[in-house]
Amino acid sequence: MSTEALEVIRKEVAENPIIIYMKGTPDFPQCGFSARAIEALKACGVGFAAVNVFEDEEVYRQGVKLFSNWPTIPQLYVKGELVGGSDIIMDLYQSGELQEMLQNAAQAA
Amino acid sequence: MYSAEQIQDLIEAALPDAQVRVEGDDGQHFAALVVSPQFEGKSRIEQHRMVYAALGDRMGGEIHALSLRTATPD
Repeated sequence: MSTEALEVIRKEVAENPIIIYMKGTPDFPQCGFSARAIEALKACGVGFAAVNVFEDEEVYRQGVKLFSNWPTIPQLYVKGELVGGSDIIMDLYQSGELQEMLQNAAQAA
Repeated sequence: MYSAEQIQDLIEAALPDAQVRVEGDDGQHFAALVVSPQFEGKSRIEQHRMVYAALGDRMGGEIHALSLRTATPD
């Protein structure tokens, strides 16, 4: 794990108002937790960036865990801040907060 | 390999006032419900972090997946 990896992630999170780090892609998630998270995001009807952590294991696999001191993937960041993993994403989606949060972030961008 | 009981013990040791229920019998995938007064006033992120901290490096390693729900008693 290099500091460059953390710098790559810091930049991506700063430049994308809505970004999710996941296993697989939005069309082909490779883990049940990532699949559930991405379904909730898609259902909100806003654009978002998605990074497949398998694309560059060197950078992402440990990098995203260290970056926010959060031990699991997926991770959703909105306006530069960690929102949470799949359980929190699902909770927020079911309460309607996720839709609101993402629409606000998309409008501000 | 971990059992649901072992994970429950680890969480209870770190959050002694919590009510903890852990399910899962394949050794890798678990679901936990943790209810603690210590979660009062904390964001979901902070609540989950407190539980993850109890599990340390095991999380994302030996414990592949933990579906986590946290709540305050009410």
